[in-house]
Amino acid sequence: MLRILIIEDDHEASSYLSKGLSELGHVADRAGDGETGLEMAQTSQYDVLIVDRMLPKLDGLSVIKELRASGNHTPVLILSALGQVDDRVTGLKSGGDDYLTKPYAFSELLARVEVLARRPKGEGKVETTYQVGDLILDRLSHSCRRGSVEIPLQPREFRLLEYLMLHAGQVVTRTMLLENVWEYHFDPQTNVIDVHISRLRGKIDKDFDNQLLHTIRGAGYTIRDTTD
Amino acid sequence: MTPLIRIVRTTAFKLSLIYILVFSGLSGFLLYYISQNTTGLMARQVVQTVDAEIGGLSEEYARGGVRALVESIERRARRPGASLYLLVDFAGNAIVGNIARLPTIVLDEADGDVRRMRYSRSDTSGKAEQEALVRTFGLRGGYRLLVGRDLSEQMRFSDLLSKALRLWLISVVVMAGITWFFVSRRVMKRIDDMSATSRTIMTGDLSQRLPVAGNGDEFDRLASNLNIMLERIELLMRSMKDVTDNIAHDLKTPLTRLRTRVEASLRDGKDEAAHREALEMTLEESDHLLRIFDALLRIARIEAMTPGAGMGEVDLASLVEEMADLYEPVLEDEGGTLETVCTGDLKVLGNRDLLAQVVVNLIENALKYGRPKEGDLKVTIEADRQGETVVLSVCDNGPGIPDGKQEKVKDRFVRLDESRSEPGTGLGLSLVTAVSRLHGSELRLKNEDPGLCARIELKASETRKGGKGHGQDKHERINDPKGG
Repeated sequence: MLRILIIEDDHEASSYLSKGLSELGHVADRAGDGETGLEMAQTSQYDVLIVDRMLPKLDGLSVIKELRASGNHTPVLILSALGQVDDRVTGLKSGGDDYLTKPYAFSELLARVEVLARRPKGEGKVETTYQVGDLILDRLSHSCRRGSVEIPLQPREFRLLEYLMLHAGQVVTRTMLLENVWEYHFDPQTNVIDVHISRLRGKIDKDFDNQLLHTIRGAGYTIRDTTD
Repeated sequence: MTPLIRIVRTTAFKLSLIYILVFSGLSGFLLYYISQNTTGLMARQVVQTVDAEIGGLSEEYARGGVRALVESIERRARRPGASLYLLVDFAGNAIVGNIARLPTIVLDEADGDVRRMRYSRSDTSGKAEQEALVRTFGLRGGYRLLVGRDLSEQMRFSDLLSKALRLWLISVVVMAGITWFFVSRRVMKRIDDMSATSRTIMTGDLSQRLPVAGNGDEFDRLASNLNIMLERIELLMRSMKDVTDNIAHDLKTPLTRLRTRVEASLRDGKDEAAHREALEMTLEESDHLLRIFDALLRIARIEAMTPGAGMGEVDLASLVEEMADLYEPVLEDEGGTLETVCTGDLKVLGNRDLLAQVVVNLIENALKYGRPKEGDLKVTIEADRQGETVVLSVCDNGPGIPDGKQEKVKDRFVRLDESRSEPGTGLGLSLVTAVSRLHGSELRLKNEDPGLCARIELKASETRKGGKGHGQDKHERINDPKGG
């Protein structure tokens, strides 16, 4: 269960969001303007803040700046109707952790919120190996093993798997993969990410009974060991 | 506002007025200065002549006394254009000379000073009095001698000069007035034309353009700049109108399909699985719709962006490689190959994500429409430095685009594939066009037989000196379709 604060002036959008999040067992509070939102974020403990950029009284970016200035490092997902690259950059520079352009799919938002909430807090504790089931990724030697079988990976496949395994158990969307593995922000029209995933699946899952890389319809992918 | 007030309020009128005032003032000053100086100069010349005469006469007087003086005066007075002479005795009776009448006061004050006086000449008796400059001296024995020179010639000259200068001054003012009248009428006419046109434009007819006379003057420059602005506004307006039209036209079909599916599912759906399937398809369809909206919005935003905004140095070589890396598996699955050729220094000024989108859209276009009838699809991405520009091209070996339709495909929602069997929004090339324009370029499509080449030119971020080194660092990477 996550405690989430939604700072959004569009009442309908925020109630849709909080309803969707509550149905999944999260607790979602709502604030209708920047000042209220800032106060709530400062007085209560939240796992993730969802902040709209355009807010009455105090705009979204100022809310984030104020929070960061006061030492609050709660992860923030910025929502924006302004979808230009520059806006994304300014948004992230003001202290936001992720950026999502309206209109968005709820599954996309949920995936990002969950990834943000479970993000390892603090530095230093960077793991050198990731493990899901019998799949082990060694980040130091750049090698991948499933049980006793060594799996050769292309550099890009390695980064793809690394990102999936970092968020093991969580849903990652195609856009998240494009943004984080390829570091581009654009809209591919075809199933280009799917092709890469299917190649990766061919290497890590094909010859094994226990499938680890799953497709979540309408949302994205997740890597998890379902036999646990 | 009466026409007079309108004219008085114009800049042309005010400028002309100032111009006329300043010019007349200067001319007046010049006139005054010239006439003053000329008069002074002529007076000095007269005095000099008189002094020379006096010098000659005093020599005669010194040599032969009054008798010699009388003889000399008689002789001199007979010459044509002679000076004025008068010798009188102590009682004031004239002894010799050519002056018939003069003010007696001149003879009373015989102190040798230069005086101006009116007189009558004895040889032109009865004629009007004339002006002269004279000196009068007292001699021994009560004689008094007057020597002078007539001034009428000098006065005529001075008169002529001042008349000429006055005439000139009047002509200047009149000519300036006439010039101003025509100039300001011309200016007013052009401004009136311009404001008439802009009123038409304001009422909504954006196709109107301000008149350009073609003589390259400041009005022409202003008008052509405003025309360029109008063109841009018209383009933006048209693209907005296009978007609205196209949204209405092109989104109706998928929305209808969506509705039909939901309706059908509600009517016939018996078990949960069927409902679920219908819902999932609905979700997919609405995602597709959202993508179309997104793409439309992006195009509109890119078109409205200021050129140069959000741009930085982009290494096109690595961008092309990364996009090739991303799409290579897709092409492989389709049985095609992807080749990249990068030549020279490929750092360009641009927006990285938008340029990536351009490359991606062109690759996806090639994937959808560039497949040859026989054989495998081969896509070549090429980036080539040519002087100050970098030419980016994406070519396939497919059927190409029929001539005459190459411009049309850049428009929104235009798809040559009438059946629309391939997935897509019909917005890919529109977006590429918009991004190219943002980068000061134009998307060019050309049939290369076989295949279609899409090219855009980008500005190199740093200009290299001369042609030195061009093409030297040529490196090629050909992707092995089997994956290396």
